[in-house]
Amino acid sequence: MHFRRKDLLGIQELSPEEIEFLLNTASSFKEINLRAIKKVPTLRGKTVIHIFYEPSTRTRMSFDIAAKRLSADTYSITTAASSMVKGETFLDTVKNLEAMKPDVFVIRHSASGAPQRIAARTAAAVINAGDGMHEHPSQALLDMLTIRDHKGRLEGLTVAILGDIAHSRVARSNIWGLTKMGARVIGCGPPTLIPMDLEKMGVTVRHRVDEVIPEADVLMVLRLQHERMSQGLLPSLREYARCYGINDERLRKAKKDVLVMHPGPINRGVEISPDVADGPYSVILEQVANGVAVRMAILYLLGQGERQETASGASI
Amino acid sequence: MSFILRRGRLIDSTQALDQIVDLVVQNGRVVAVEPQLDLGAERFKDFEVFDLAGNWVVPGLIDMHVHLREPGEEYKETIASGTRAAVAGGFTAVACMPNTQPVNDCAAVTEFIRKRAETEGIARVYPVAAISKGLAGEILAEFGELREAGAVAVSDDGRPVMNSQLMRRALEYASAFGLVVISHAEDLQLSRGGLMHEGAVSTRHGLPGIPAAAEEIMVARDLLLAELTGGRLHIAHVSTAGSVRMIRDAKHRGINVSSETAPHYFTLTEDDVVGFNPLYKMNPPVRSCADREAIKAGLADGTIDTIATDHAPHSTLEKDTEFNLAANGIIGLESALPLVLELVRQGVLTPLQAIATMTCNPARILGVPGGTLRPGVVADITVIDPEQHYTLDCETFQSKSRNCPFHGREMRGRAIMTVVGGTIVSQ
Repeated sequence: MHFRRKDLLGIQELSPEEIEFLLNTASSFKEINLRAIKKVPTLRGKTVIHIFYEPSTRTRMSFDIAAKRLSADTYSITTAASSMVKGETFLDTVKNLEAMKPDVFVIRHSASGAPQRIAARTAAAVINAGDGMHEHPSQALLDMLTIRDHKGRLEGLTVAILGDIAHSRVARSNIWGLTKMGARVIGCGPPTLIPMDLEKMGVTVRHRVDEVIPEADVLMVLRLQHERMSQGLLPSLREYARCYGINDERLRKAKKDVLVMHPGPINRGVEISPDVADGPYSVILEQVANGVAVRMAILYLLGQGERQETASGASI
Repeated sequence: MSFILRRGRLIDSTQALDQIVDLVVQNGRVVAVEPQLDLGAERFKDFEVFDLAGNWVVPGLIDMHVHLREPGEEYKETIASGTRAAVAGGFTAVACMPNTQPVNDCAAVTEFIRKRAETEGIARVYPVAAISKGLAGEILAEFGELREAGAVAVSDDGRPVMNSQLMRRALEYASAFGLVVISHAEDLQLSRGGLMHEGAVSTRHGLPGIPAAAEEIMVARDLLLAELTGGRLHIAHVSTAGSVRMIRDAKHRGINVSSETAPHYFTLTEDDVVGFNPLYKMNPPVRSCADREAIKAGLADGTIDTIATDHAPHSTLEKDTEFNLAANGIIGLESALPLVLELVRQGVLTPLQAIATMTCNPARILGVPGGTLRPGVVADITVIDPEQHYTLDCETFQSKSRNCPFHGREMRGRAIMTVVGGTIVSQ
């Protein structure tokens, strides 16, 4: 199969076959990250520009490492260091960068839809590295890869996404991906953090985490932002930890082979207790490791135009 | 200028007329409306004759809700360009909202708008003044002086009057001067941060939602205040089923209320907001299918009195940007009429009803002349070809702005002649 997209903007528009193909390609890249010399010439001479208009450690480093291991030249701009502080619009910034002939833009932006607007205006490939509350496709792919590594499949699994789904692009991308791949998705959180009509995305909505835990093959715990309290969505961190925090005691009712995942950064003691985050069910750091392989696969498939071949990685 | 509009279909609910007639305009007035004039008569010797067989001849359309942006934002629209857009779309009169810079909250600004309209406008311009000074929602504007200067209504449009006490006082005080109070119904706490209608589509897009209740709570409040005070209330840009239901109930109970909707609320839904296109961003937002159907039902049974465009010009500076940063609003003067005609073809409105919502109804609400073609009245007339097929092209618009989501839509029906005060201003 061929992956014939210019951009990766979201999981919503991908077919199950495309998702499978991306995951298989990522799998084949994992081995590179274990070599002594972690570099292949695949994207030599290609230019990747990271535009991160929102704070990010994990995703930005992960994309940058992925690009460098494929031998691309990478450059990075952030809000504070960009001419946005001088009043230039985002579109103008990107147009100016485009004049320098990059091959790929990796864009993180606080506004839902910002990478989509840019993708329509540039010849370069655009990879959405997280837009507002909308999508975070590379995160969903690395999450699905991690689940598949452990369970051997996605179809038929029950994945519970726990917490602040309303504000989570990670949740949205995972909902699209997991439901397309045949998993059952439960969304569980306080009603103030569940967006309107979430069921219409194919999600079973629940509000009591203790009732959900025994059913789940995977618990995907979302980060709780402190500003949810000042917005009046929750009374206190303490109450949230008490009613929704995942701790050892709650996990006693879980399946014996449950996976505990978290996209990071974690609030230890709020949505997840330290004993769980560091415990035997946690695959949080595997997610991070898979993130590099997934981003290598995305950059590989989008970064070299028509040349890409198969998921077995013939030309690596 | 003297002329005869021959064999047009006159649609005028003030005369309960829907029939083929000849209409004579002389010295700026309608002087005769008759089924069949003897055009050979000596008195018609110098009259130009327009054969309008197959076309509608209706009172000049009146849009009681537009933003002309002057003074202050002339790069978006001016009184000159906005009135050119009006007559191109078949409107002979518009009422312009006060959220200019400076705000129209004092007689000097009202007079400026009127004078500018006299010298540069080609449609009639009725200024709507602010309810509160600076639209700040704190102190009432000077309604008495504003009325004398030419204001026809008061509104803080664009900003709701959040203070219920101030709204009560506005309704009471305005009644002394015969001014209608136009409510932009929005609970700012409920709508805060919202970018589109709250529902399945906002959830999918990860865009914060504006619930229908943000509008409905304020509609309910203002209906209660109108009942309490007996003041004249007009609800602007009704977008939800709940608002329609409450206004219908209030009218049954005799409360002094009228209401308007805009073409986008009976044409578009949240499902049209795809691809994060800011041309679909407006406030209130386009809502669900059920809401859209309720708006149509409200128009059909008279709960909603008038269709106004909420013509809101913005340049690419405000619109070609990220969805969250984009300004609210779309232009409407040059796309409204064919969208109303879609309602006629759908069987939602009869031709008489459709024309009434754009002529005599807004004239009655604002207390301004027009809305009728009775012999003797000033000749403000719109001629409509209801069958003309075309693709809407906003590059042909007279408006300075292009923020129109209907660009490229297949349309049927348009104004082919607009007459203001007996002068053909668009053809």
